Amino acid sequence: MRFLVFVEHHEGKLQKDSLGVLAKAASLGDVEAVVLGQGVQELAADAGRFGAQRVYVMDDVLLDRPLPQPRVDALETLLADNGFDAVLFAATVLSADVAAGLAARLGAGLNYDLTDLVVEGDTLVGKRPALGDSVYVDVGWTSEPRLALIRSGTFEAQETGGSAEVVPFESRFQDFSLAATMVEQAHEESEGPSIEDADVIVAGGRGLGGPEGFQQVEELAKALGGAVAATRAVVDAGWYPYSTQVGQTGKTVAPKLYVAVGISGAIQHKVGMQSSGLIVAINKDPNAPIFEYADFGVVGDLNEIVPKLTELVKARRAA
Amino acid sequence: MKPADYPPPFDPNEFVVAPGEPEIEVGVLIVGAGPAGLACAIRLGQLLEGAPELAERLGEVPVALLEKGKQPGSHLLSGAVVNPRSLQRLFKDRVSTGDMPFYGRVEHESVYFLTSKRAMRIPAPPTMRNHNNYVASLSQLGRWLSERAEEAGATILPETSGHALLAGDGRVRGVRTGDRGRGRGGEELGNFEPGSDVHARVTVLAEGTQGHLTGVAIDRFGLQGESPQVWALGVKEVWKVAKPLGRVIHTMGWPLRPGAKYREFGGSFVYPMGDDMLTVGMVVGLDYRDVELSVHDVLQELKTHRLLRKLLEGGERVAWGAKTIPEGGLLSVPKRLHAPGLLICGDGAGLVNVPALKGIHYAVESGRLAAEAAFAALQRGESPGRRGALAGYDEALKDSFVWSDLRQVRNMRPAFGRGFWLGGAMAGAATVSRGAFPPGDATLESDADQELIRTDRAARYPAPDGTLTFDKLSSVFLSGNATRDDEPNHIRVQQRVAPELAELWTRMCPASVYEVGEEAGDGDVHVEVTPSNCVQCGAITAKGGRLTPPEGGAGPDYKLT
Amino acid sequence: MKIAVCAKYVPEASANRRIDASTKRLDRSGEGALNPFDANAVEEALKARDASGDGEVVIVSVGPERALEAMRRALAMGADRVVLVSDDGAAGSDLVATSRVLAAALERESANLVLFGQQANDSDGAVLWAAVAERLQLPLISQVAELTLEDGKLRGKRQTEYGYDVIEAPLPAVVAVSDAINEPRYPSLKGIMGAKKKPQDTLSLEDLAVDAGEAGEAGSRTTVEALNDPPARGDTIKIDDDGSGAQKIVDFLAEKKAL
Repeated sequence: MRFLVFVEHHEGKLQKDSLGVLAKAASLGDVEAVVLGQGVQELAADAGRFGAQRVYVMDDVLLDRPLPQPRVDALETLLADNGFDAVLFAATVLSADVAAGLAARLGAGLNYDLTDLVVEGDTLVGKRPALGDSVYVDVGWTSEPRLALIRSGTFEAQETGGSAEVVPFESRFQDFSLAATMVEQAHEESEGPSIEDADVIVAGGRGLGGPEGFQQVEELAKALGGAVAATRAVVDAGWYPYSTQVGQTGKTVAPKLYVAVGISGAIQHKVGMQSSGLIVAINKDPNAPIFEYADFGVVGDLNEIVPKLTELVKARRAA
Repeated sequence: MKPADYPPPFDPNEFVVAPGEPEIEVGVLIVGAGPAGLACAIRLGQLLEGAPELAERLGEVPVALLEKGKQPGSHLLSGAVVNPRSLQRLFKDRVSTGDMPFYGRVEHESVYFLTSKRAMRIPAPPTMRNHNNYVASLSQLGRWLSERAEEAGATILPETSGHALLAGDGRVRGVRTGDRGRGRGGEELGNFEPGSDVHARVTVLAEGTQGHLTGVAIDRFGLQGESPQVWALGVKEVWKVAKPLGRVIHTMGWPLRPGAKYREFGGSFVYPMGDDMLTVGMVVGLDYRDVELSVHDVLQELKTHRLLRKLLEGGERVAWGAKTIPEGGLLSVPKRLHAPGLLICGDGAGLVNVPALKGIHYAVESGRLAAEAAFAALQRGESPGRRGALAGYDEALKDSFVWSDLRQVRNMRPAFGRGFWLGGAMAGAATVSRGAFPPGDATLESDADQELIRTDRAARYPAPDGTLTFDKLSSVFLSGNATRDDEPNHIRVQQRVAPELAELWTRMCPASVYEVGEEAGDGDVHVEVTPSNCVQCGAITAKGGRLTPPEGGAGPDYKLT
Repeated sequence: MKIAVCAKYVPEASANRRIDASTKRLDRSGEGALNPFDANAVEEALKARDASGDGEVVIVSVGPERALEAMRRALAMGADRVVLVSDDGAAGSDLVATSRVLAAALERESANLVLFGQQANDSDGAVLWAAVAERLQLPLISQVAELTLEDGKLRGKRQTEYGYDVIEAPLPAVVAVSDAINEPRYPSLKGIMGAKKKPQDTLSLEDLAVDAGEAGEAGSRTTVEALNDPPARGDTIKIDDDGSGAQKIVDFLAEKKAL
């Protein structure tokens, strides 16, 4: 199967989820990449190191800003000249708009929020969760190219060290594609990830005993490179801001790692984080409901465990 | 100590406002889209069909209903086995019983006396015979009735609470609805929407148990009955089951304790809902004394009985809810159910037959009669605000089967204050004599006046296993309650109370609204309140606090209860 | 100024949602409501209309007939009109088919501004607006956390993984708002009472000149093949802390490559 992977970049670096999708595609068939932007020739070549056999590049001032609609034009042109079986996108705000615009442009099926891809003979099957991750669905396509948006964080990049042929191409743009203009572009936020984007979350609950308890939570989060979240009970009590509340009436998050400190895990909280990749729980109550769905649980005093954990994590990362 | 030692900071006068300029005018305003309110609306629609000039005089919106839940049915909960006679009277030949959303006629019923190990069948007491009655979900019935009411021309206003009575010069002019969009401290949030003053020629209060404006009106117009109202708390679940239940079951005895000192009056019900569902519930009088009693947990305990385990095997819990039932009967019914410009119906008026476990058909009949009284007054061109203009309602109600039924059973509930055995004997005597014995009228003590005791009751509650037995929080979740966290506190309780009282509330509340807080000095403790968990069952009002309606749309979103 | 808000009728809240095993699609036979995220779009539309002095907010939706009742909430909030495309032939539409039907309905309206909410809470999709913008050939700004309108031009603060971009586009345009953009108003009592009287039109695919083959399953280009149980979470490893709890956590995380 012949895959094209849309590889994004930000501030001179290839985006890691795109590289993850590249690695996955490489394990399934022939894979080529496409990089769009301005001054991206060198960056494009880099995609070869991560599994792409060939990288198409369109270097154009009109692609300088991360706007979706000109990219639809570029991809349409590329696809018209090349027969790909599938075009894969790692889901981001930008790529979702590109993929969906392209689907409408080509009248091609788009499956989104995929967490796995499987090739069965000459059929591509996508797998995605539904209904709050309570059921998994196999999805397919009835047209080509097959467009797919892969859930962020699903696949890991693999540096294969290869090199790829870089093929530049050009395209014209529709007038309406150029109508939106970017007057200010975002840069990396310095305060650390928001809980919705974080790969790692350390969450604190009533077991912390008081707002001071969050200090150790913050330190652990920092050591792990993650964000801090809170349960409804402690937000109600004023220990931490509402913007960090996870749960039925707060935010829903699905980080790769969720560390629950002093949280009982009542269902109102569970529904906000149950799709997390790994759940680690620390609580002194052995009957706390969270131990039923955590992957790893420690029954003990969080005031002893959390600082130790922070130190160990720091040491390990430094090594 | 007793709960009445800590009366709630609640003054009914706070909820009576002088009527100013009307923001909205309707003909008849009904507060509460439950069976009583909807029956009233439906009957008014029927009557107005034949009186187009009156309909026109009543303006653009002749009949309006305020419903504080997300939609009609969201806050409705009952067993229920319904006597269809009132609905049949209401609809006559327009709708057949076959079209009503019932789960089937009761063909078989059993009554059991339970011990922890055994289930002994006993003959059904005569007041409990349900032949020719139908099993229903009151929530679904409410939704169905609301569709009929809209077809009959009524305007239903969901997510709207009745906050205060507009009254002046001794007459009721309408209702002020509740604000929306206030924060925890009462401050106005970005999307604050103030309540509206709705003026009406007649205001009908059909708020159900613990009716907020009903309580306010009873106080304002001096309508108190002979005895204070008393309540029971019912907690129920709906289950998908593998085998059809096929019969209606009532139980008495275990897990409740018969001794007089406990005052645990109640029992359980298990009703089939079609072939693949059933509902099981526990009802306990709130005059109970034990600090450690938790009706929700007693329900969980009940399910571990051999009899129930078998019925629920292979099944899955799909709904949960809780609500109080007024149990005072005729002794607690207000001495008058009308006032200038005002009518009171249904459970809010206390029209419940406790031994027969029936209230829905009385609610429907009272709503129907209220419609007729309102219509008659308006038709006569009388101002319903004139004293006595609506007296026809009380007369009609007293002449109806509602009153004669309630009269017969008026002394049964108080009998059970004497404990199960003596109470049972007295209730039996009352039944046989059709209310002639014991003679006269008993009196009831208020639930909040019961002295608290402590036993080791909590030790027997089963630990929730997530399959057969469940904790309160996951149950609140299942009720569909997703109330915003920063809503103002709608529950009036004292913040510093004796520790026994705080613990009583913590156990009593099926939704985990209360928690025992830190020590407050003088032996008292603080009470932590999480109002967003509240499913508005009303138990707190019976035991020393006072429930007021929260923001419209808050609370549970019942579908199958 | 005419503002169209694309709204979706979704099955009632989470607790009881099921997938129908025979169709392998979400069981939509029960009760439904206005997708809560669309309330933000309705609110933003109302604000824009009121700021412009005169204008119209029309709610456009594709769904079953009973969706009209749910759309009334938007009317109660203050929207002026509802247009519902209700046709059995549109059921089971995927992105390609839905966007085609929706675009046809929107073309009929010729709105200056087309708004979408953050996502549909039943499919968790966040892609429809881009497909619709493409079909309407209009500029698009998505994930907008702040929107300003000035002299026929839009300025949107788009929220991305890296922070906020500021994007401008001329009208007419398509904008998808994030739920951070506003706090939707509660319908006033007058609003609720007046909702039923506002125009609510139902259209068929024929009214839109959309061929049956272009909508529904026939017009879709994706399929649902099978339903599976989610990958088992695995049993919880639960230990008591004897002083080595923290180390064991680190070992576990290392083993799972989470460090």
